[in-house]
Amino acid sequence: MKLIKYSIIIFFVLNFNLISAQDKKLETKITKNLRCLICQGQSVYDSDSEFADSIRIFVEKKISEGESEKQIYGYLKDKYGEWILYEPQFSKKTYFLWLLPILMFVLGGAIILKIFYLKKN
Amino acid sequence: MKIKTLPILFIIIFVIMFFLFFKGLQNSNIYTPQTNNEKDIPSFKAKMFDIDNEINSEEIFKNNKFYLMNIWASWCLPCRDEHIFLMKLSKQKSVEIIGLNYKDDNKKAKKFLKKLNNPYKIIFSDKDGTIAIEWGAYGIPETFLIYDKKIIKKIIGPINDESFLEIKRLIQ
Repeated sequence: MKLIKYSIIIFFVLNFNLISAQDKKLETKITKNLRCLICQGQSVYDSDSEFADSIRIFVEKKISEGESEKQIYGYLKDKYGEWILYEPQFSKKTYFLWLLPILMFVLGGAIILKIFYLKKN
Repeated sequence: MKIKTLPILFIIIFVIMFFLFFKGLQNSNIYTPQTNNEKDIPSFKAKMFDIDNEINSEEIFKNNKFYLMNIWASWCLPCRDEHIFLMKLSKQKSVEIIGLNYKDDNKKAKKFLKKLNNPYKIIFSDKDGTIAIEWGAYGIPETFLIYDKKIIKKIIGPINDESFLEIKRLIQ
């Protein structure tokens, strides 16, 4: 009986650690993708400013409330604008930014293929 | 496609890229926050500054009048500079000044108000800075002019002669 009791406790402790580790990982991921707006050139994760510190606590709170990464980005984007995100989301304003590398890749590939094709013939 | 078209294609791509990057160079890379965007005020619960009680934001901004929400702290030097303007504005009947005490020590904050006078009708505390984030604040001091539960003007940094006159014009 005692053994079962202890194993249940150990199971819960380990599980709790696993959850908090996952939350921490998500928090790190989110704060690394947030730009510190008062200390440009640094992410919220790297910065020691009051602003970055508050954002880190804010993100931690939102994660513990069960909000998703997307919801947190959306919330901060609404407050501070798209600039706060290092990785801008796909929208009318950013489609060129996202599609240009793919377009260049396809175009480059097509040119290389064409050169090879022409050389063969 | 003939082989001669390839160099032309390269030139066209190069010109497009050059034009794009050249245009990009002209854009300022210094971030300027938007201050005139009308936004709804956030909904939050906060601890009152002088009593051990929690207050709901809806209770603070419930009337259809002008509110001036000022983020301040006793450790913030520019807050001392703008305090004189807040005192002047507190004499205006058309506006109610609300204070958000940011990451501050209660004792020091009380001392600050005792020395410089208290322009605030209600003060609530933000110990970890998350309420300021809910407001979309960058740092302190920062002031928000609110009407009908909407932020109509945001002043980043201390209130100066220019912003003081603008607030006065807006609330009249």
